[in-house]
Amino acid sequence: MQSRILPWSTRWILVLFVALAALSIAGAKAQDLKSFEQRITTKVLPNGLTLIICERPDAPVFSYSTFIDAGDVNDPSGESGLAHMFEHLAFKGTSEIGTTDYAAEKIALAKVEAANDAYEAEYLKAVGRDENKLAELKKAFIDAQAEAHKFVIPNQFTDIAERSGAEGLNAETGLDDTRYFWSMPENRLELWAYLESSRLADTVPREFYKERDVVIEERRMRTDSNPIGRLIEQFAATAYVAHNYGRSSIGWPSEVSQINATEAMEFHKKYYVGANVVVAVVGDVKAAEALPMLEKYFSKVPAGPKPEEMTTVEPKQFAEKTVTIREQTQPIYVEGYHRPSYRDPNDNVYDAISDILSNGRVSRLYRSLVRDQQIAAEAAGFSGFPGDKYPGLFAFLAVPLPGHTPAEMRDAIHKEIDKLKTADVTDDELAMYKTRTRADLLRGLADNQGLANDLAEYQTRYGDWRELFLQLDKVDKVTKADIRRVANEVFVSSNRTSAEIDTEAPAGNSKQAGGAQ
Amino acid sequence: MKSLSVKRFTTISPILAVFLVLLAPGGLSAQQNKPWDKIPVPKLHDFKPQQPKRIELKNGIVVFLQEDHELPFVSGSVLIPGGSRDEDPAKTGLVGLYGQAWRTSGTAKLDGDALDDLLEAKAAHIETGGGEDSTSLAWDSLKGDADQVFSLALDLLLHPKFSAEKLGLAQQQEATGIVRRNDDEGEIAERESAKLVYGPNSPYTRQPELATIGAVTVGDLQAWHDRTIGGKLIVSVSGDFDAVAMEAKLRATFEGLPQVKPSPVRHDLFAGPTPGVYFIDKEDVNQSNVQIVGLGTDRHNPDVPALAVMNEILGGGFASRLFQKVRTELGLAYSVGGGYGAAYDHPATFDVDVLTKSATTVDATRAALAEIDGMTSKPFTQVELDRAKDNILNSFLFRYDTRDKVLAERVRLEFYGYPADYLETYKAALEKVTLADLGMVARKYIHPDKLAVLVVGNGPEIKPGLDELKLGAIKTVDITIPQPGKQDKTQ
Repeated sequence: MQSRILPWSTRWILVLFVALAALSIAGAKAQDLKSFEQRITTKVLPNGLTLIICERPDAPVFSYSTFIDAGDVNDPSGESGLAHMFEHLAFKGTSEIGTTDYAAEKIALAKVEAANDAYEAEYLKAVGRDENKLAELKKAFIDAQAEAHKFVIPNQFTDIAERSGAEGLNAETGLDDTRYFWSMPENRLELWAYLESSRLADTVPREFYKERDVVIEERRMRTDSNPIGRLIEQFAATAYVAHNYGRSSIGWPSEVSQINATEAMEFHKKYYVGANVVVAVVGDVKAAEALPMLEKYFSKVPAGPKPEEMTTVEPKQFAEKTVTIREQTQPIYVEGYHRPSYRDPNDNVYDAISDILSNGRVSRLYRSLVRDQQIAAEAAGFSGFPGDKYPGLFAFLAVPLPGHTPAEMRDAIHKEIDKLKTADVTDDELAMYKTRTRADLLRGLADNQGLANDLAEYQTRYGDWRELFLQLDKVDKVTKADIRRVANEVFVSSNRTSAEIDTEAPAGNSKQAGGAQ
Repeated sequence: MKSLSVKRFTTISPILAVFLVLLAPGGLSAQQNKPWDKIPVPKLHDFKPQQPKRIELKNGIVVFLQEDHELPFVSGSVLIPGGSRDEDPAKTGLVGLYGQAWRTSGTAKLDGDALDDLLEAKAAHIETGGGEDSTSLAWDSLKGDADQVFSLALDLLLHPKFSAEKLGLAQQQEATGIVRRNDDEGEIAERESAKLVYGPNSPYTRQPELATIGAVTVGDLQAWHDRTIGGKLIVSVSGDFDAVAMEAKLRATFEGLPQVKPSPVRHDLFAGPTPGVYFIDKEDVNQSNVQIVGLGTDRHNPDVPALAVMNEILGGGFASRLFQKVRTELGLAYSVGGGYGAAYDHPATFDVDVLTKSATTVDATRAALAEIDGMTSKPFTQVELDRAKDNILNSFLFRYDTRDKVLAERVRLEFYGYPADYLETYKAALEKVTLADLGMVARKYIHPDKLAVLVVGNGPEIKPGLDELKLGAIKTVDITIPQPGKQDKTQ
């Protein structure tokens, strides 16, 4: 998920790359499921929205996660970045919050939209664009925004939340989904329900065009001005020819800069319907008392059919592809192989491979590339990039030590892949994967926010939060033969895309245009 | 992507990270029908955070026990005074290497690789680390493995056997970090702005170089260990155990160690930056990372509560003056924020940062400087004060809403010599902050003429140029990475 890319400081390159792809860990013991079943209440409202409440009354706080089953993979053609842009809009208030006079503001916003349409129509004319007229239209557009701005109480939505003790208030948009979350003192549950249901049901395209500038700055920070950001964008774009997983999730500059408020509101209308939303609350909440109140608020979310599934299926790759970025940053190597989605029966087999290759100092890639050959600072293989709702990639990443090259990383990774294909993993390795998966699930249960995220995600992905626990059965069933079979099926050269940064000398002549001196 | 986090991805001291306030247009909100104000806010459920049991051993070692039976895990840590600020400057990076090689080397009984195999099979961990003022050893495991993992951790604590091979591995990792340290714009900005504040050779900012990490030997690691292990250790254990039995076990283990030696008192000088505009050219970016920096304070300063409220108003979060102006009103930045930092035992930094496209570098910098200036020229309002206090106080319980957080806070206070009730007195002081206090701290601590402005960005794209800021000649900062064997040309 692009949302999780952080500025890279060397030691964390791998952690970050893996984090942006990480799946929630699955698995646990049946008796834990039983204890959770006693504490969890699930309710599907008449509008299709699912509420999950998990009682964990250790401290007088709660955390929530609102999970929208739509992300940038759903952006219409030519509108990449739309889901993320809408997510920003969801913090701008409602017809009640953030406005001094919504009736008048609504009219002013319609004028903003008309002015933008007129400006864009002229701007996009391939032939016969009138620059004077364009300047006039631009001025009219800016004036219309200023007029609408008169009714705005800036950031009032977040202000109410933060004054009421919201902690960790944020949202993330990935290719697969959109998540909104924060934590609060338990006595603000009803206030939260009002705020959250209002912004889901009653979003207003307020200050949209300013916020678009902010999002473009976000792109500059995460992608344009960040070597890993650039590498990831090119890697995904090369690996996919048809599916939207190949598209920049924050949006191609020409597209995200021309998304308009009408498009964002259409996205909202289609995807922010009850059947597409799960809200999970974990903490000091009594389901019996809270449910009627929550039902009242969240019934405001419009009912609507679950949006149709995407029809595009990435065609089978038959040609190996490579991207080489030559620039003055240090080398990195990444390669990926198309794999099926999370619904594939072999999903846990990929998790096992990832664990055995990458988890800790006992992992094969660490021991081979880092400890024994001493050619890499970090190396790992992992699933879930750029997403996993649809067929994604199983990717490998290696960060060379000084003096070593991406080519050496590639060769060393391929040797490890060959081992997986030609010999079984050991009993110890397989047992370790199962033990760690179980323990990691248990560890995750201690955190309200993490648990809320997981419950909402599993409810959406599997139609039942219990799958978070039940997956352990599937984990236990993974065999050595499964691993070898899947490795042979997937890790083949015709299914491979690789991307690397080759370091270019900073010498004067090689400098790119615009880099004088 | 995170749409709203001001700080989560940027490079500021976490101390400054979570603050806010709002300037609502005067009078307008009064006309609003505010349905949210009619929602009842019941009394918060009674909550008394469970404090860990503190045990001071005869030799001065302090133990904390925090029982928590929700999940079948036990974890613990030993905090050891002394960190990178105490290392020999000619061997800068030693503590970082020590933190890695300590664990990967292992003990005479069990080397690091064997330890990895044993622990990972149990989904258990023992890890070591080195920081600015301390090093640490931490462990965690399922309850059933707790005794064995504790024994292993203890063996590593008291009987490490540093290996040349593992030191070499750590040196390679560190070298990778050094040669890559100029790849990311944010990393450069964070590092170099701190150097402007503290000075390039300060114990808080001097950086490991290929030569200084290359100078570190196995003997140095052992010497560091021998020197620090006799300090005032703080041992903390939390999770699913019986406190009586655990106390007996820890006493048996740690009470036999020699009387702890006090840490030497530091006498650091903190001059603050030489004011002016500093520039670092980076050709592969289209966004400038602007850091406006000066010297901050430490938490012993009684003005810290008022400063915290001021920070909230200046640059905490969504409703702060910086966010409202630079992001919401001007649309010039995704990431903007900052404030006057306070560390536990030395002055932190004042740091305001703005990330903006190359062409608006001057506009965004001016806008941020104007808000800093406004701390003393634009009077604080009651609305701002109330909002800032609400923001801080209503979320205050998230500092102690889990037993692990309570334990971590107590260990921190013990380490830095603060009273155990520090959070309570701090909260009480926050509640009492007045408009007069805000005005006082702003006048006392906000001095725009003492700040340095660092811009990391794409020189040719920055138009208008930085000279338009009219803050004197632009000083270029050389961030060339010294190669061993060649003359070190800077500082």
